[in-house]
Amino acid sequence: MTLPVLSAVEVDKWYGRRAACRKISFDLHPGEILGLVGESGSGKTTLLNVLAGRLTPSGGRALYRDENGEERDMHQLSEAERRRLLRTELGLVHQHPRDGLRLRASAGANIGERLMAGGWRHYGQIRAEAAQWLERVEIPADRLDDRPTEYSGGMRQRLQIARNLVTRPRLLFMDEPTGGLDVSVQAKLLDLIRHLANHLRLAVVLVTHDLAVARLLSQRLMVMKDGESVECGLTDQVLDDPQHPYTQLLVSSMLQV
Amino acid sequence: MTTEETGYNFAYLDEDSKRMIRRAILKAVALPGYQVPFAGREMPMPYGWGTGGIQVTASVIGPDDVLKVIDQGSDDTTNAVSIRSFFAKTAGVATTSRTAEASIIQTRHRIPERPLKSGQIMVYQVPIPEPLRWLEPSEAETRTLHALKEYGLMYVKLYEDISRHGTIASSYDYPVEVFGRHIMSPSPIPRFDNPKLDRSPALHLFGAGREKRIYAIPPYTPARSLDFEDYPFAPQSWSQVCALCGAADSYLDEVVMDDGGQRMFVCSDSDYCASRLEKGGRTQ
Repeated sequence: MTLPVLSAVEVDKWYGRRAACRKISFDLHPGEILGLVGESGSGKTTLLNVLAGRLTPSGGRALYRDENGEERDMHQLSEAERRRLLRTELGLVHQHPRDGLRLRASAGANIGERLMAGGWRHYGQIRAEAAQWLERVEIPADRLDDRPTEYSGGMRQRLQIARNLVTRPRLLFMDEPTGGLDVSVQAKLLDLIRHLANHLRLAVVLVTHDLAVARLLSQRLMVMKDGESVECGLTDQVLDDPQHPYTQLLVSSMLQV
Repeated sequence: MTTEETGYNFAYLDEDSKRMIRRAILKAVALPGYQVPFAGREMPMPYGWGTGGIQVTASVIGPDDVLKVIDQGSDDTTNAVSIRSFFAKTAGVATTSRTAEASIIQTRHRIPERPLKSGQIMVYQVPIPEPLRWLEPSEAETRTLHALKEYGLMYVKLYEDISRHGTIASSYDYPVEVFGRHIMSPSPIPRFDNPKLDRSPALHLFGAGREKRIYAIPPYTPARSLDFEDYPFAPQSWSQVCALCGAADSYLDEVVMDDGGQRMFVCSDSDYCASRLEKGGRTQ
């Protein structure tokens, strides 16, 4: 068994006297996709932001095992080191592409930014790499010089993924990547994410309120309610044989077509 | 020309303000290219007319200094004339239009063509001191980027230029890396003037009045214009020479002569052009 790439150890997050996450623990292994599901306000996104080092937890630790196999506490790192990790070995796909993209820069520049931050100084190489990634997320290469504002919603989301994957991260955080997309575009995006995650042996923490998305993408599922993990297990197990009353309610409220 | 006004402190600003600004200048010189915040004062003119440069000049000028002020390379444009007479009135200092005779040169758009000497001070009026502002609107974030030397974003701008125009098209305010550390906006000078900043014997002080920032390039400090390996930095060049003095090595302004599309190219640095003519350069 390989060592986990990310471990959450009793992560707590309080906003004043209100708990957003309570004693959340899990291990995430390379190539594994963990779905965090639950209704709005259940603390999914807060947990994601704590794990990604964007929020300081009130208690507990988020441990990331880096490329060299060293375990790094996301909240003990210096800001410089944390930001370096976030643009090299880690990735974060936002729910709204406008939060994760530079809308005033072309798609090529959006993808190339991480490379340039990493010291790439050859325009031709940066551009070639960006074009290659654009094709990998199934956007025609002739859209390389268009701005994200000229893209459709689904393309923007794919561009965001390309922008994150260009440095071959090992761990990707995704916050509702399919939110606001219509069903057929959603299906294509899910297909793409699954393919890339498989191919790159990416570990993914996926936040979604959509159980169908979780069913398609994730191997394991954590169901959250009011900041607590009420059930955790293999996706099929949790969805087909829910144990906790809240999970049962959640599963039964899924729309069947 | 103008007589000295009484009732003002020397060079208009009070001594406490000058001391505060000098402290900021010292810090700026100690950290080449770093934008030092300072408590910018209200000046008797609107922002955008050079309030940052004037505060810097007022803080470094002494009774023995000789001041030259240029706007668009020229000594006789409105802004240059006003600022020159402002200091002639409030400080009673000598003014000149000759680069070689000036000890302080306040400027907005140009660095004089005549090479600067050790001991001279260039003072720039800066509108937007933050080179990263184009892509990052948050001041907190740009400061962090400078602090952590995360300059990928600056290259995003250059990348955009090339993908849009086929070449790095930024023709002014072209970013430089100072002393291998901070990336700095050299104010709206043409990129033609960028090489003059590199290891210049003069002291270069930049004052942004509205944004309340001062930064500096000390004498003999490397200032490298950013570029890509396959798109190296290149200053502008012209196929013409100056129509008045015949200079081939100066920054040329295009002057439209009539509605028929007639145009001529002349030196933007009026002192340089005039001194070449005096020495017997060609006339039209």
